[in-house]
Amino acid sequence: MIRSEILKEIAPILRDQLVVCNIGIPSQELHAIDDQPTNFYMLGTMGLASSIGLGLALSQPKPVISIDGDGSVLTNLGTLPTIANNPANNFILLIVDNGSYGSTGDQPTYAGRKTSLSKVAEACGCERVIECSAENTGTVLQEALDSGQMTIIVCKCESGNAKMPVITMDPVTIRDRFMSAIEA
Amino acid sequence: MQEDINKRIVDDFVANDVSFVTTVPCKQLAGVIDEIDARKEIRHIPSNKEDEGMGLCAGAFMGGKRPAIIMQNTAIGVTINTLATLTQFYRMPLPMLISYRGELGEPVACQVEMAVHTKSLLAQLHIPTYHFHHRDDVEELDKILKYTFMCNKPVAILTDASFWGGY
Repeated sequence: MIRSEILKEIAPILRDQLVVCNIGIPSQELHAIDDQPTNFYMLGTMGLASSIGLGLALSQPKPVISIDGDGSVLTNLGTLPTIANNPANNFILLIVDNGSYGSTGDQPTYAGRKTSLSKVAEACGCERVIECSAENTGTVLQEALDSGQMTIIVCKCESGNAKMPVITMDPVTIRDRFMSAIEA
Repeated sequence: MQEDINKRIVDDFVANDVSFVTTVPCKQLAGVIDEIDARKEIRHIPSNKEDEGMGLCAGAFMGGKRPAIIMQNTAIGVTINTLATLTQFYRMPLPMLISYRGELGEPVACQVEMAVHTKSLLAQLHIPTYHFHHRDDVEELDKILKYTFMCNKPVAILTDASFWGGY
C-alpha cells in the first residue's frame, strides 16, 4: 500500500478529528480524498507538522492527529524530545514511513535504510510508540484515539504518490476555517 | 534592577494574555525564562530549534492561545523559511523577544557575524522590528504586543547588552 491508499482507508476516522497534514503531496492527497474544514493543510515549511500539532493539542482539548512523513520527521528530529517531554494525551503523531522523500521524487530517506523512527521516538522518551503495517493503520489509529494516551504511530508502507491537483485554497482561508472548526 | 526588568517583561506578556511561550535559551534571557517558569498563567514549552518553536506557536495560536517565542538573534537564519511560509503566509501573530548578541559590549567575536545581518534580514522579511537599547525602552513592550496581535504578524523585539546592563 502507498500513502494515498492508507489515507483513503483512514479518511472516515480522520473526518471527525482535527488533522494537521504534512506539506506537499500528502496534503494534496488528503485534500483530494476528503477535504474537511477540520484539516489544516501545510503549503510550505517542511518538518513542522508535528510541532504545529503538538502546539495545538497543548492549547485546546480536542484530539489532534498530525500526519507526517519519515523525511519530514528527519528534517525536524528535535520535535520528538519536545513531544516526549510535554505529553498531550489528545495528540497522535502518525508518521507515514515510506522510506522516501515522496514530494521531491521518491529519493530514499535514512528511515528506509538503517534508522528506525519508532526506536528513535522511544529513545526520546515517547511512551506509546506503535510501529504497524500499512494494512493495520486504521485499527491502530482508532485504538490510539480510544486509548486517550499520546501515541506515535510509525506506519511502514510502500513508496509512491497519487497524482492529485495542487491545493489552490488561500492559506488564510485554510487557517480561518480550521480555527472555526476548532471552536465549533 | 535586573529582576525588575524580567518581571516587567513577563507582566506585560501576562497583561496581553500571552499564555504559550516557547524558548531557545540565551544567557541574557535566562532571567526572563526563569520568570516565565514561575508564572502559572504561562505554559512554557522549551524547543530544540527556533523553527520548531515557531511551529509550536502556530499550533497554539490556532488552538486559541496567544503565543510568543524567546530566542537569540543568531538563529534568525534558520527561521526565515518558517517565518515566510508559515507565520506570514497564514497571517499569524508572533511576538519574538530576541537577545541581540554581537552588539556593544559583546565579548565573543563570532556573535558579531550574525549581529551585522540581523536587522537587514528582518527588514528583508518586512518584519516590524523594535530595538531595546536603553532600559526605558521596555516601556514600549505593552504597545508592541498589542500591535502584534492587532496586525497578525511576526514582530521582532531586539534586546541588546546595553539594555540588559552588560554581560
